[in-house]
Amino acid sequence: MSTDPIDDTSCTGAQSLVRSLEAVGTDVVFGIPGGAILPLYDPLFDSTAVRHVLVRHEQGAGHAAEGYAQATGKVGVCMATSGPGATNLVTPIADAHMDSVPIVAITGQVPSASIGSDAFQEADICGITMPITKHNFLVTDPADIPSTVAAAFHLAASGRPGPVLVDVPKDVLQARTTFSWPSRVDLPGYRPNLRPHGKQVREAATVITQAKRPVLYVGGGVLKAHACAELAQLAELTGAPVVTTLMARGAFPDSHPQNLKMPGMHGNVAAVTALQRSDLLICLGARFDDRVTGKLSTFAPGAKVIHADIDPAEISKNRLADVPIVGDCKETIAALYDALAAEFAAGRKLDLTAWWRQLDGYRETYPLGYEWPDDGELAPQYVIERLGAIAGPDALYVAGVGQHQMWAAQFISYEKPYTWLNSGGLGTMGYAVPAAMGAKVGRPEATVWAIDGDGCFQMTNQELATCAIEGIPIKVAIINNGNLGMVRQWQTLFYDGRYSNTGLGTLQTEQTRRIPDFLLLAEALGCVGLRCETKADVDMTIEKAMAVNDAPVVVDFCVGQDAQVWPMVPAGTSNDEILAARDVRPEFDESQV
Amino acid sequence: MSRHTLSVLVENKPGVLARVSALFSRRGFNIDSLAVGPTENADLSRMTIVVNVAAQPLEQVTKQLNKLINVIKIVELDDDAAVQRELLLVKVAASLADRTVVLQTAELFRARVVDVNAESVTLEATGAPAKLEALLEVLTPLGIKEMAQSGVVAMARGPRSIAGAGPLRAVDRAS
Repeated sequence: MSTDPIDDTSCTGAQSLVRSLEAVGTDVVFGIPGGAILPLYDPLFDSTAVRHVLVRHEQGAGHAAEGYAQATGKVGVCMATSGPGATNLVTPIADAHMDSVPIVAITGQVPSASIGSDAFQEADICGITMPITKHNFLVTDPADIPSTVAAAFHLAASGRPGPVLVDVPKDVLQARTTFSWPSRVDLPGYRPNLRPHGKQVREAATVITQAKRPVLYVGGGVLKAHACAELAQLAELTGAPVVTTLMARGAFPDSHPQNLKMPGMHGNVAAVTALQRSDLLICLGARFDDRVTGKLSTFAPGAKVIHADIDPAEISKNRLADVPIVGDCKETIAALYDALAAEFAAGRKLDLTAWWRQLDGYRETYPLGYEWPDDGELAPQYVIERLGAIAGPDALYVAGVGQHQMWAAQFISYEKPYTWLNSGGLGTMGYAVPAAMGAKVGRPEATVWAIDGDGCFQMTNQELATCAIEGIPIKVAIINNGNLGMVRQWQTLFYDGRYSNTGLGTLQTEQTRRIPDFLLLAEALGCVGLRCETKADVDMTIEKAMAVNDAPVVVDFCVGQDAQVWPMVPAGTSNDEILAARDVRPEFDESQV
Repeated sequence: MSRHTLSVLVENKPGVLARVSALFSRRGFNIDSLAVGPTENADLSRMTIVVNVAAQPLEQVTKQLNKLINVIKIVELDDDAAVQRELLLVKVAASLADRTVVLQTAELFRARVVDVNAESVTLEATGAPAKLEALLEVLTPLGIKEMAQSGVVAMARGPRSIAGAGPLRAVDRAS
């Protein structure tokens, strides 16, 4: 084929699509070619602006696009062929939908004339992804390619961000067309409401001045809106405690004395109890997820709610908002700061002395902690704590889903935004390795640690081959307890220790060898493999991994299988039932309530 | 639970009906009836959706509908301030002996005879849902062989058009 520059006045649909990706500023695409999308890969081969990273499984492409987007704030792009290629993107698309991650997925489709005929590698990917995308498009006319790509990126990045899929039949890619980049995006039914209503903001400020026990309940929307500086100003103006949800870790520095850190099922006692005892929740870009509220009817029973979110459908969805504010968090928080500063200037100030005395009591009595296993095995919490201390606040930490994810959210101190990436809403095991890959492509100067479990790691580790070949030197800490650890923890607590199908055999015992041996697997995938089994070796092993910069590193941290995530609010129960540790119910002085 | 009639302006594009109906089913809302057709603007279609929900879920329905990119505008039509019509085709068993009753009933309900043969009469009736229910009640003892009924189509009374009507329940503007 040709390597000439693309002629805008006479090009193919595929060339128009590549030109569109260039025009929208795409610098990297994660994907795998196949029959229906082959016409696109020919002009993509020539593009100097767009790098294509050839992944090993389309799910990896999708999570890499998410990792790229979450680390950089830009739209991540993934690409796959029709049928199975497209359906392999379904999990990351659903993940991006739940966590509001801006990605664009481009899929090849069978030729227009074959659509609906059960053609080879045909799947109705627009139908399949309808409930898990912000929007999707089937392009039927090559002339629509530029405007569709422009609309897809605009939709993905603006308002409440999310995944957008563009499905392009093979004949549309092959047809002759012209390229013309639209000057504006025409979406008459899409008008995200960015600016908060002044009256609602003033009402919120008034309500705040009347509060005795306010809490800033901060969610991922603050990160999406790049509103961390505004949040810090508002927090310091009010002096109120801040809790950062799983999706908001890093939005407010953990070292800040007002930060009570993570609430929720595995949140710490102070954060969970602050919400429960609050008389005013100032909810900023969070969505009252069941993992935060516990049993909804008993959540924060005495609290009024100010709920600021860019998505009107989140407001009063789970918990009725007394003061709803629809708007972008950056504008909303800035406006709230001004309104509140005016209230304070007029002499209406907050006195939170008693509230802080109560909260400091919780913090001092029930700090986060862990015990070393009786059998002398390595404590996973210690490994993660040391990893955070040695890699420091500038590194990016990307977790999978399960115990290791909760420990990584608890025991690493997040000081900066966009340094904590994980699959929150969907809880997708296998997220970490490909998302870390995407994050590293987006932030090549940063140290990127995937913190993964032995279960998660076995779902997507083939992307380490991609990392090794494409020169993406991520680091992976496998917290290897030989089990699907979180499921095993529930079996311990709620199923009488009947460990049905949770053992993975990745640890060596007297009777069995490791299957797989992660050290050998790492080497087979072109990575440096390290193993650590004792407390004494932890720091040294992490430092050794930190010193490798020319290849991906996999560290097999072999840890005790009985370590558990605490505190815990058992599923379906009230946050008041929080257990600080197994069988340890905090004793609250009810006179303080 | 109560009955609500939503008039929804959508972009006239393939797949929009699927997006709307799938949204209702996945969010657990029941549709009583749904009718869709063209409007005075070739780029837009109008859906009339009747749902049976409490007030709080209705707000979720409209907010979720508003999130669909192809949805332009949603207005809830007040029963008293809107014209609501359904179309009914009904084939009634009408031997010669019963034929007079059928024809009288048709006249009373201002239904039209659109087909007739030795065994049956087919009637066409339009009206508010309650009127058609009453008609069916009278015809049932005679023997309904077959029927087809449209969803409700509805329009607000008065000079204003849906394009000029204010948005429905803008939560952030609530006082």
